[in-house]
Amino acid sequence: MSTMKAASVRLWRTSPATYIALIVGCVTSLFPIYWMFVVATRSNDVINDVPPPLLPGAALADNVGRVFANEHAAFAYGLVNSLVVSSVVTLSVVFFSTLAGFAFAKLRFRGRNGMLMVIIGTMMVPVQLGLIPLYMLMVKIGWNGHLQAVIVPFLVSGFGVFMMRQYAAEAISDELVEAARVDGCSTFRIYWNVVLPVLRPAAAVLGLLTFMQTWNEFIWPYAVLDANTPTVQLSLSLLATAYYTDYAQVFAATALATLPLFAVFILFGRQIIGGIMEGSIKS
Amino acid sequence: MTSSSVVRASAAARAADARDPWRSRLTRADVRFAPYLFIAPFFVLFAIFGAFPLVYTGWVSLHDWHLIGDHTFVGLDNYTALFSDPDFWNALKNTVGIFVIATVPQLLMALGMANLLNRKIRARTFFRMGVLIPNVTSVAAVGIVFGQLFARDVGLVNYVITSLGLDAVDWQANTWSSWIAIATMVDWRWTGYNTLILLGAMQAIPKELFEAASLDGAAPWQQFWRITVPQLRPTLVFTVIISTIGGLQLFTEPVIFGNGRMLGGTLGQFQTVTMYMYETAFQRFQYGYGAAIAWALFGLIVVFSLINLLIVRRAAR
Repeated sequence: MSTMKAASVRLWRTSPATYIALIVGCVTSLFPIYWMFVVATRSNDVINDVPPPLLPGAALADNVGRVFANEHAAFAYGLVNSLVVSSVVTLSVVFFSTLAGFAFAKLRFRGRNGMLMVIIGTMMVPVQLGLIPLYMLMVKIGWNGHLQAVIVPFLVSGFGVFMMRQYAAEAISDELVEAARVDGCSTFRIYWNVVLPVLRPAAAVLGLLTFMQTWNEFIWPYAVLDANTPTVQLSLSLLATAYYTDYAQVFAATALATLPLFAVFILFGRQIIGGIMEGSIKS
Repeated sequence: MTSSSVVRASAAARAADARDPWRSRLTRADVRFAPYLFIAPFFVLFAIFGAFPLVYTGWVSLHDWHLIGDHTFVGLDNYTALFSDPDFWNALKNTVGIFVIATVPQLLMALGMANLLNRKIRARTFFRMGVLIPNVTSVAAVGIVFGQLFARDVGLVNYVITSLGLDAVDWQANTWSSWIAIATMVDWRWTGYNTLILLGAMQAIPKELFEAASLDGAAPWQQFWRITVPQLRPTLVFTVIISTIGGLQLFTEPVIFGNGRMLGGTLGQFQTVTMYMYETAFQRFQYGYGAAIAWALFGLIVVFSLINLLIVRRAAR
C-alpha cells in the first residue's frame, strides 16, 4: 500500500527523455560560455575559419597580455575598482539589511508596518527613473568620475532589508532575544552576538547576490564614470566597442571579467540556488 | 505579524531596574530608540539617492533644462512633445516588441524546465547550476558573446544557417532579426533564474492535491494545467512583474549589440526607450526632455505590470 502511494506522488516519471531535455537545456546554457573561452584562447585569424574552431587553442596568454597592455580600456584598473566597489557595497548592504531586518522582525516601535511597506515600495521603483537627476546630483557634488559615485548610492538595499526581515521573523525566537535582554545586553549587543550568528546563512546568500549584482552593474557606471576610473564592465564595453573586430582580445577580457563570478558560483552555487528557490515561496 | 513575535520592552526594563536606576533609564532609551537607529541608515540613504532623484526627475521634466545655462519652466510641453515624437514611438514599439518576443517563450521554457527539474533526478545540483549559470554572467559579457554569435560574416549562428542551405541573415540590419537576437540574449540570461523560482514554488505545492487527482484518474498533463499552474499563480504573477520591470528597461544588450551606439542600428530598429532616454540626456544634453522620457517609462512599467497582472490572474484561474 505504501509503495503505491509513493508512486502516485511522483506524478511525472523520470524517463531518458527527461535527461535528454535537461541536457539540451544545460548545453544551451553552457555553450555561449564555452564559446567565450574557446575564442579567448584562439588567435584572430582562425575565428573566421570554416568550420569555426570548437576546441580551445594556445593563444590565451597572448590575448590576456594584450588586454592588460591596452591603455584604452585600463582593464587591470577596472578589475581592482570593481573588487573594491563590490566588496564595500556587499559588506554595507549585509550589515544594514540584517540590522534593519532584525528591527522590523523582532523589535516593537511606532510606525513599523508603515515603514516596512515603504521599503517594499522602494523595490518596485526602476533604477533608470532616477538616472538623470542622480547624475546631476553627482555633478553638483563633484563625484562624477569618482568611485564613490557607484558606491554610496548603493550602500543600502530595500530588497536586502525585506529579505532579512522575512528570514529573521522565522529563524529567531523571541525567547532568545528576551533572554539576552534580561542578561543586560543592549539592543546592538543582541544584534551582534545573538541575531547576526543566526542570520548568517541568509546573510551569506544576500551577500553573494549583492556582490554579483554590483560586479555586473552596467548602466550607472557607464553614465557616471569614465575611462580614467572604470569598473570592469565599463572597461569591457570600452574594449568591445573600440576593438570589436579583435574578437580574441575582447573575449579574453570578457572571460577575465566573468571568471571571479564563476569562481563564486562554483563555490557557493548550492546556497545561491537555495536562496532563489526559497525567495519564491516567501514572495 | 503578531504581538507575540515582539520582544516585550517592559520585561527587559524591569530586569535592569532591579540593578541600578541610571542604567534602567539607559536601557529604556535603548529599547525605545534603537529600532529607529537600526532602520535610519536605509531611510537616510534612500531619501538622498533614491527618493530625491525620483521627485527631482519630475521637476526637471517640466523644464527646458540643459547641462549649462538657463532652465526655463515649460510646464507639460516636454510630455506633449513626447506624444508627437516619432523617435519615442519607435523606441516604444521596439521595447514592447522585444519584451513580448522575449518574455512569452521565456516563461513557457522556465515552466517546462521547472517541471523537468521537479522530478526525481540524478545530479540534481548539477542541472540546477547548469540552468542558472547564464544569470551569473554579466549583461555586458552576454552582449559581447551573443554579438559575435549573431555577427553577419563570422557569426556562428549564420554558419549554422548557411550550413543548412539557407541564406545568411544580417541580424543587425532588420527589425525582426535584431529583435530576435536581443530577445535571445535576454532569454538566455533569465530563463534559468525563473526556472528556479518556479521550481521552488512547485515544491511547495501540497502533494495531497496530486494524489487525489491521480486517484480520480487525471493524466499528468491535466494535473499540470489544472493543479500545478493554478497553484503557481502568485509566483507566476511575481515573475511576470519582475520580467516587466526588467524588460521595459532593456538597455545593455541592445547597446553592446549595436557596438556601443545609442541609436540602435542605422534606422533605430532596436533603439529601446532607455537608450533613447540616455541619448537625449547624456549625448544631446536635453535633461528636461530626458526626464520626461524617464517618467513616461515609469508610467509604462506601472501600466504594463497591471495589464500583466490581470492577464496572468485570468489565465491561471
